[in-house]
Amino acid sequence: MSDANIHGNSHSGTHSQLDAAPSGHHEHAHDPKAEARVYIATLSGLLILTAITVGASYIQFGSSAANIVIALTIATIKAVLVSLFFMHLLHEKPVNAIIAIAGFLFLGIFLMFDFLDVGSRANVQPTNLHVPVAAAPVAPGVATPAADVRKE
Amino acid sequence: MEQQADTTKIGMWLFLVTEVLTFGGLFAGFGLMQSRYPQEFIEAHEHLQRPLGALNTVVLLVSSFTMVMAVLAARTNQSKKTVRYLIMTIACAFIFLGVKYFEYSHKFEEGLLPGSFYHTQATDTVKIINAAGQVVPSHGYATFFSFYFMMTGLHGIHILAGIGLLTWIAIRANRGEFSSAYYTPVDLVGLFWHLVDLIWIYLFPLYYLIS
Repeated sequence: MSDANIHGNSHSGTHSQLDAAPSGHHEHAHDPKAEARVYIATLSGLLILTAITVGASYIQFGSSAANIVIALTIATIKAVLVSLFFMHLLHEKPVNAIIAIAGFLFLGIFLMFDFLDVGSRANVQPTNLHVPVAAAPVAPGVATPAADVRKE
Repeated sequence: MEQQADTTKIGMWLFLVTEVLTFGGLFAGFGLMQSRYPQEFIEAHEHLQRPLGALNTVVLLVSSFTMVMAVLAARTNQSKKTVRYLIMTIACAFIFLGVKYFEYSHKFEEGLLPGSFYHTQATDTVKIINAAGQVVPSHGYATFFSFYFMMTGLHGIHILAGIGLLTWIAIRANRGEFSSAYYTPVDLVGLFWHLVDLIWIYLFPLYYLIS
Protein backbone atom coordinates (compact mmCIF):
# COMPACT_ATOMS: atom_id res chain seq x y z
CA MET A 1 0.00 0.00 0.00
CA SER A 2 2.83 2.39 0.88
CA ASP A 3 4.39 1.61 -2.49
CA ALA A 4 1.23 2.70 -4.22
CA ASN A 5 1.22 5.99 -2.32
CA ILE A 6 4.82 6.71 -3.25
CA HIS A 7 3.99 6.03 -6.86
CA GLY A 8 0.90 8.17 -6.76
CA ASN A 9 2.61 11.15 -5.18
CA SER A 10 5.78 11.07 -7.22
CA HIS A 11 4.15 12.93 -10.09
CA SER A 12 3.89 16.30 -8.44
CA GLY A 13 3.55 18.12 -5.20
CA THR A 14 -0.24 18.04 -5.15
CA HIS A 15 -0.36 15.64 -2.19
CA SER A 16 -3.71 16.67 -0.94
CA GLN A 17 -5.45 16.10 -4.25
CA LEU A 18 -3.96 12.67 -4.81
CA ASP A 19 -4.58 11.62 -1.24
CA ALA A 20 -8.14 12.71 -1.57
CA ALA A 21 -8.59 10.45 -4.60
CA PRO A 22 -10.02 7.08 -3.58
CA SER A 23 -7.23 4.56 -3.13
CA GLY A 24 -9.49 1.83 -4.47
CA HIS A 25 -9.34 3.14 -8.00
CA HIS A 26 -10.18 -0.33 -9.29
CA GLU A 27 -13.72 0.26 -8.04
CA HIS A 28 -13.32 -2.22 -5.20
CA ALA A 29 -15.66 -0.12 -3.19
CA HIS A 30 -18.39 -0.46 -5.79
CA ASP A 31 -21.08 -3.04 -5.52
CA PRO A 32 -20.45 -5.67 -8.26
CA LYS A 33 -24.15 -5.80 -9.08
CA ALA A 34 -24.31 -2.03 -9.53
CA GLU A 35 -21.23 -2.26 -11.72
CA ALA A 36 -22.83 -4.98 -13.86
CA ARG A 37 -25.86 -2.71 -14.29
CA VAL A 38 -23.58 0.06 -15.58
CA TYR A 39 -22.15 -2.37 -18.14
CA ILE A 40 -25.61 -3.49 -19.23
CA ALA A 41 -26.63 0.15 -19.65
CA THR A 42 -23.46 0.80 -21.69
CA LEU A 43 -24.20 -2.18 -23.94
CA SER A 44 -27.79 -1.01 -24.43
CA GLY A 45 -26.56 2.46 -25.37
CA LEU A 46 -24.09 1.00 -27.86
CA LEU A 47 -26.75 -1.20 -29.47
CA ILE A 48 -29.20 1.70 -29.73
CA LEU A 49 -26.51 3.87 -31.35
CA THR A 50 -25.75 1.06 -33.81
CA ALA A 51 -29.42 0.91 -34.77
CA ILE A 52 -29.48 4.71 -35.20
CA THR A 53 -26.37 4.77 -37.41
CA VAL A 54 -27.68 1.93 -39.62
CA GLY A 55 -31.05 3.69 -39.90
CA ALA A 56 -29.40 7.03 -40.69
CA SER A 57 -27.39 5.44 -43.49
CA TYR A 58 -30.62 4.82 -45.44
CA ILE A 59 -31.51 8.53 -45.30
CA GLN A 60 -29.86 11.13 -47.52
CA PHE A 61 -28.83 14.20 -45.50
CA GLY A 62 -28.20 16.60 -48.36
CA SER A 63 -24.69 15.51 -49.25
CA SER A 64 -22.56 12.41 -48.82
CA ALA A 65 -20.25 14.48 -46.61
CA ALA A 66 -23.16 15.10 -44.22
CA ASN A 67 -23.86 11.36 -44.03
CA ILE A 68 -20.20 10.61 -43.29
CA VAL A 69 -20.05 13.29 -40.58
CA ILE A 70 -23.19 11.88 -38.92
CA ALA A 71 -21.88 8.28 -39.10
CA LEU A 72 -18.49 9.26 -37.69
CA THR A 73 -20.03 11.36 -34.91
CA ILE A 74 -22.12 8.38 -33.77
CA ALA A 75 -19.05 6.11 -34.05
CA THR A 76 -17.09 8.54 -31.86
CA ILE A 77 -19.83 8.57 -29.21
CA LYS A 78 -19.71 4.76 -29.24
CA ALA A 79 -15.91 4.79 -28.95
CA VAL A 80 -16.11 7.15 -25.96
CA LEU A 81 -18.68 4.88 -24.26
CA VAL A 82 -16.44 1.83 -24.79
CA SER A 83 -13.31 3.56 -23.49
CA LEU A 84 -14.97 5.22 -20.48
CA PHE A 85 -16.93 2.23 -19.20
CA PHE A 86 -15.66 -1.01 -20.77
CA MET A 87 -12.02 0.10 -20.71
CA HIS A 88 -12.50 1.66 -17.23
CA LEU A 89 -10.93 5.00 -18.19
CA LEU A 90 -13.51 6.81 -16.05
CA HIS A 91 -12.32 5.17 -12.82
CA GLU A 92 -8.73 4.50 -13.78
CA LYS A 93 -5.69 6.54 -12.79
CA PRO A 94 -5.64 9.63 -15.05
CA VAL A 95 -2.29 8.71 -16.62
CA ASN A 96 -3.99 6.05 -18.77
CA ALA A 97 -6.57 8.53 -20.02
CA ILE A 98 -3.77 11.01 -20.79
CA ILE A 99 -1.99 8.35 -22.89
CA ALA A 100 -5.21 7.49 -24.73
CA ILE A 101 -6.14 11.13 -25.38
CA ALA A 102 -2.57 11.91 -26.53
CA GLY A 103 -2.78 9.01 -28.99
CA PHE A 104 -6.00 10.27 -30.52
CA LEU A 105 -4.74 13.87 -30.46
CA PHE A 106 -1.71 12.96 -32.56
CA LEU A 107 -3.88 10.85 -34.85
CA GLY A 108 -6.05 13.95 -35.27
CA ILE A 109 -3.02 16.12 -36.15
CA PHE A 110 -1.90 13.48 -38.67
CA LEU A 111 -5.33 13.29 -40.32
CA MET A 112 -5.78 17.07 -40.28
CA PHE A 113 -2.56 17.77 -42.19
CA ASP A 114 -3.32 14.92 -44.60
CA PHE A 115 -6.66 16.37 -45.55
CA LEU A 116 -5.44 19.98 -45.52
CA ASP A 117 -2.83 18.94 -48.07
CA VAL A 118 -5.25 17.11 -50.33
CA GLY A 119 -7.93 19.76 -49.93
CA SER A 120 -5.59 22.51 -51.09
CA ARG A 121 -4.76 20.79 -54.38
CA ALA A 122 -6.59 20.72 -57.69
CA ASN A 123 -9.24 18.04 -57.81
CA VAL A 124 -7.37 15.29 -59.65
CA GLN A 125 -9.85 12.63 -60.68
CA PRO A 126 -9.89 10.11 -63.50
CA THR A 127 -12.84 11.94 -65.03
CA ASN A 128 -10.68 15.04 -65.33
CA LEU A 129 -7.93 13.04 -66.96
CA HIS A 130 -10.01 11.56 -69.79
CA VAL A 131 -8.73 13.79 -72.55
CA PRO A 132 -5.03 14.03 -71.68
CA VAL A 133 -4.70 10.31 -70.96
CA ALA A 134 -6.40 9.40 -74.22
CA ALA A 135 -4.49 11.91 -76.31
CA ALA A 136 -1.00 11.52 -74.97
CA PRO A 137 0.57 8.23 -76.04
CA VAL A 138 -0.51 6.45 -79.17
CA ALA A 139 -0.10 2.70 -78.96
CA PRO A 140 2.30 1.38 -81.57
CA GLY A 141 0.73 -0.71 -84.29
CA VAL A 142 -2.66 -1.17 -82.64
CA ALA A 143 -4.65 0.05 -85.63
CA THR A 144 -3.84 1.55 -89.01
CA PRO A 145 -4.78 5.15 -88.13
CA ALA A 146 -2.42 4.98 -85.17
CA ALA A 147 0.33 3.69 -87.40
CA ASP A 148 -0.28 6.61 -89.76
CA VAL A 149 0.00 9.08 -86.97
CA ARG A 150 3.25 7.53 -85.89
CA LYS A 151 4.74 7.92 -89.35
CA GLU A 152 4.06 11.63 -89.35
CA MET B 1 1.39 -5.56 -6.35
CA GLU B 2 -0.83 -2.58 -6.97
CA GLN B 3 2.07 -0.61 -8.39
CA GLN B 4 2.92 -3.53 -10.67
CA ALA B 5 -0.65 -3.67 -11.92
CA ASP B 6 -0.64 0.08 -12.57
CA THR B 7 2.64 -0.10 -14.46
CA THR B 8 1.60 -2.98 -16.70
CA LYS B 9 -1.59 -1.13 -17.45
CA ILE B 10 0.32 1.96 -18.58
CA GLY B 11 2.39 -0.30 -20.83
CA MET B 12 -0.75 -1.84 -22.27
CA TRP B 13 -2.22 1.59 -23.01
CA LEU B 14 0.97 2.62 -24.78
CA PHE B 15 0.68 -0.51 -26.91
CA LEU B 16 -2.96 0.31 -27.66
CA VAL B 17 -1.90 3.79 -28.84
CA THR B 18 0.52 2.20 -31.33
CA GLU B 19 -2.37 0.07 -32.57
CA VAL B 20 -4.55 3.14 -32.97
CA LEU B 21 -1.82 4.86 -34.98
CA THR B 22 -1.30 1.76 -37.18
CA PHE B 23 -4.95 1.65 -38.11
CA GLY B 24 -4.99 5.46 -38.24
CA GLY B 25 -2.57 5.38 -41.16
CA LEU B 26 -4.84 2.98 -43.01
CA PHE B 27 -7.89 5.12 -42.25
CA ALA B 28 -6.03 8.17 -43.59
CA GLY B 29 -5.25 6.30 -46.82
CA PHE B 30 -8.84 5.17 -47.11
CA GLY B 31 -10.07 8.74 -46.62
CA LEU B 32 -7.70 10.15 -49.22
CA MET B 33 -8.66 7.53 -51.81
CA GLN B 34 -12.32 8.13 -51.08
CA SER B 35 -11.89 11.82 -51.81
CA ARG B 36 -10.12 10.90 -55.05
CA TYR B 37 -12.64 8.27 -56.22
CA PRO B 38 -15.93 9.29 -54.56
CA GLN B 39 -18.25 7.78 -57.19
CA GLU B 40 -16.31 4.51 -57.43
CA PHE B 41 -16.22 4.10 -53.65
CA ILE B 42 -19.97 4.58 -53.38
CA GLU B 43 -20.65 2.03 -56.13
CA ALA B 44 -18.14 -0.44 -54.68
CA HIS B 45 -19.60 -0.21 -51.19
CA GLU B 46 -22.99 -1.30 -52.57
CA HIS B 47 -21.44 -4.77 -52.92
CA LEU B 48 -21.01 -5.01 -49.13
CA GLN B 49 -23.99 -6.39 -47.27
CA ARG B 50 -25.10 -3.87 -44.67
CA PRO B 51 -27.08 -6.39 -42.56
CA LEU B 52 -24.02 -8.62 -42.21
CA GLY B 53 -21.87 -5.66 -41.18
CA ALA B 54 -24.51 -4.62 -38.64
CA LEU B 55 -24.74 -8.21 -37.34
CA ASN B 56 -20.97 -8.31 -36.81
CA THR B 57 -21.10 -4.95 -35.03
CA VAL B 58 -23.70 -6.29 -32.60
CA VAL B 59 -21.68 -9.51 -32.10
CA LEU B 60 -18.54 -7.54 -31.23
CA LEU B 61 -20.39 -5.16 -28.89
CA VAL B 62 -21.91 -8.13 -27.04
CA SER B 63 -18.46 -9.75 -26.86
CA SER B 64 -17.07 -6.55 -25.31
CA PHE B 65 -19.82 -6.74 -22.70
CA THR B 66 -19.11 -10.40 -21.86
CA MET B 67 -15.40 -9.50 -21.67
CA VAL B 68 -15.94 -6.71 -19.16
CA MET B 69 -18.17 -9.06 -17.14
CA ALA B 70 -15.32 -11.62 -17.15
CA VAL B 71 -12.98 -8.97 -15.73
CA LEU B 72 -15.57 -8.09 -13.07
CA ALA B 73 -16.01 -11.78 -12.19
CA ALA B 74 -12.24 -12.28 -11.92
CA ARG B 75 -11.94 -9.28 -9.63
CA THR B 76 -14.71 -10.54 -7.37
CA ASN B 77 -13.17 -14.03 -7.02
CA GLN B 78 -15.70 -15.88 -9.20
CA SER B 79 -13.47 -18.16 -11.26
CA LYS B 80 -16.29 -20.22 -12.77
CA LYS B 81 -18.13 -17.11 -13.87
CA THR B 82 -14.91 -15.72 -15.34
CA VAL B 83 -14.42 -18.85 -17.44
CA ARG B 84 -18.05 -18.83 -18.55
CA TYR B 85 -17.91 -15.20 -19.68
CA LEU B 86 -14.58 -15.77 -21.44
CA ILE B 87 -16.05 -18.74 -23.35
CA MET B 88 -18.98 -16.53 -24.39
CA THR B 89 -16.50 -13.91 -25.61
CA ILE B 90 -14.59 -16.54 -27.63
CA ALA B 91 -17.88 -17.80 -29.10
CA CYS B 92 -18.71 -14.24 -30.25
CA ALA B 93 -15.26 -13.99 -31.84
CA PHE B 94 -15.91 -17.17 -33.82
CA ILE B 95 -19.35 -15.93 -34.91
CA PHE B 96 -17.68 -12.74 -36.14
CA LEU B 97 -15.10 -14.70 -38.12
CA GLY B 98 -17.80 -17.00 -39.51
CA VAL B 99 -19.75 -14.03 -40.87
CA LYS B 100 -16.52 -12.56 -42.23
CA TYR B 101 -15.70 -15.88 -43.95
CA PHE B 102 -19.13 -15.88 -45.56
CA GLU B 103 -18.62 -12.29 -46.75
CA TYR B 104 -15.11 -12.93 -48.05
CA SER B 105 -16.07 -16.07 -50.01
CA HIS B 106 -18.96 -14.15 -51.55
CA LYS B 107 -16.54 -11.42 -52.68
CA PHE B 108 -14.08 -13.99 -54.05
CA GLU B 109 -16.84 -15.59 -56.14
CA GLU B 110 -17.93 -12.24 -57.58
CA GLY B 111 -14.36 -11.21 -58.38
CA LEU B 112 -14.50 -8.29 -55.93
CA LEU B 113 -10.80 -8.57 -55.20
CA PRO B 114 -8.00 -6.13 -54.40
CA GLY B 115 -5.77 -4.46 -56.96
CA SER B 116 -5.12 -6.20 -60.24
CA PHE B 117 -7.22 -9.22 -59.20
CA TYR B 118 -10.38 -7.13 -59.41
CA HIS B 119 -12.92 -8.33 -61.99
CA THR B 120 -14.98 -5.62 -63.62
CA GLN B 121 -18.61 -5.53 -62.50
CA ALA B 122 -21.62 -4.66 -64.65
CA THR B 123 -22.46 -1.85 -62.24
CA ASP B 124 -19.12 -0.07 -62.67
CA THR B 125 -20.01 3.22 -64.38
CA VAL B 126 -16.81 5.27 -64.09
CA LYS B 127 -14.54 4.46 -67.02
CA ILE B 128 -11.16 5.82 -68.06
CA ILE B 129 -9.16 5.45 -71.24
CA ASN B 130 -5.81 3.82 -70.62
CA ALA B 131 -2.50 4.37 -72.39
CA ALA B 132 -3.39 1.77 -75.04
CA GLY B 133 -6.53 3.69 -75.94
CA GLN B 134 -8.89 1.11 -74.38
CA VAL B 135 -11.87 2.05 -72.24
CA VAL B 136 -11.35 0.38 -68.86
CA PRO B 137 -13.02 0.75 -65.46
CA SER B 138 -11.50 3.29 -63.10
CA HIS B 139 -8.85 2.10 -60.64
CA GLY B 140 -11.11 3.35 -57.85
CA TYR B 141 -13.07 0.08 -57.66
CA ALA B 142 -9.98 -2.07 -57.18
CA THR B 143 -8.59 0.51 -54.73
CA PHE B 144 -11.72 0.26 -52.59
CA PHE B 145 -11.34 -3.52 -52.32
CA SER B 146 -7.60 -3.24 -51.67
CA PHE B 147 -8.40 -1.12 -48.63
CA TYR B 148 -11.36 -3.29 -47.67
CA PHE B 149 -9.32 -6.49 -47.56
CA MET B 150 -6.29 -4.82 -45.98
CA MET B 151 -8.21 -3.19 -43.14
CA THR B 152 -10.78 -5.91 -42.41
CA GLY B 153 -8.01 -8.50 -42.87
CA LEU B 154 -5.72 -6.80 -40.35
CA HIS B 155 -8.68 -6.45 -38.02
CA GLY B 156 -9.44 -10.17 -38.53
CA ILE B 157 -5.86 -11.04 -37.58
CA HIS B 158 -6.43 -9.07 -34.36
CA ILE B 159 -9.58 -11.13 -33.74
CA LEU B 160 -7.54 -14.33 -34.22
CA ALA B 161 -4.88 -13.06 -31.82
CA GLY B 162 -7.66 -12.16 -29.40
CA ILE B 163 -9.08 -15.69 -29.57
CA GLY B 164 -5.63 -17.06 -28.70
CA LEU B 165 -5.25 -14.67 -25.74
CA LEU B 166 -8.79 -15.30 -24.49
CA THR B 167 -8.24 -19.07 -24.62
CA TRP B 168 -5.01 -18.72 -22.67
CA ILE B 169 -6.73 -16.55 -20.05
CA ALA B 170 -9.71 -18.93 -19.83
CA ILE B 171 -7.39 -21.89 -19.16
CA ARG B 172 -5.60 -19.95 -16.42
CA ALA B 173 -8.88 -18.78 -14.92
CA ASN B 174 -10.09 -22.37 -14.93
CA ARG B 175 -7.02 -23.29 -12.86
CA GLY B 176 -8.12 -20.66 -10.36
CA GLU B 177 -5.09 -18.44 -10.90
CA PHE B 178 -7.00 -15.17 -10.69
CA SER B 179 -8.49 -13.39 -7.71
CA SER B 180 -9.18 -9.89 -6.46
CA ALA B 181 -5.49 -9.76 -5.50
CA TYR B 182 -4.25 -10.64 -9.01
CA TYR B 183 -6.26 -10.45 -12.21
CA THR B 184 -3.97 -8.27 -14.36
CA PRO B 185 -3.86 -10.68 -17.37
CA VAL B 186 -7.68 -10.72 -17.58
CA ASP B 187 -7.74 -6.93 -17.34
CA LEU B 188 -5.12 -6.40 -20.06
CA VAL B 189 -6.57 -8.96 -22.50
CA GLY B 190 -9.87 -7.18 -21.89
CA LEU B 191 -8.31 -3.87 -22.92
CA PHE B 192 -6.96 -5.46 -26.10
CA TRP B 193 -10.35 -6.97 -26.89
CA HIS B 194 -12.14 -3.65 -26.40
CA LEU B 195 -9.65 -1.98 -28.77
CA VAL B 196 -10.47 -4.56 -31.45
CA ASP B 197 -14.14 -3.69 -30.90
CA LEU B 198 -13.32 0.02 -31.04
CA ILE B 199 -11.57 -0.31 -34.41
CA TRP B 200 -14.59 -2.15 -35.82
CA ILE B 201 -16.83 0.68 -34.54
CA TYR B 202 -15.04 2.92 -37.08
CA LEU B 203 -14.60 0.32 -39.83
CA PHE B 204 -18.31 -0.48 -39.94
CA PRO B 205 -19.71 2.98 -40.84
CA LEU B 206 -16.84 3.85 -43.19
CA TYR B 207 -17.12 0.67 -45.26
CA TYR B 208 -20.73 -0.39 -44.97
CA LEU B 209 -22.61 2.87 -44.46
CA ILE B 210 -21.07 5.48 -46.77
CA SER B 211 -23.55 6.61 -49.38
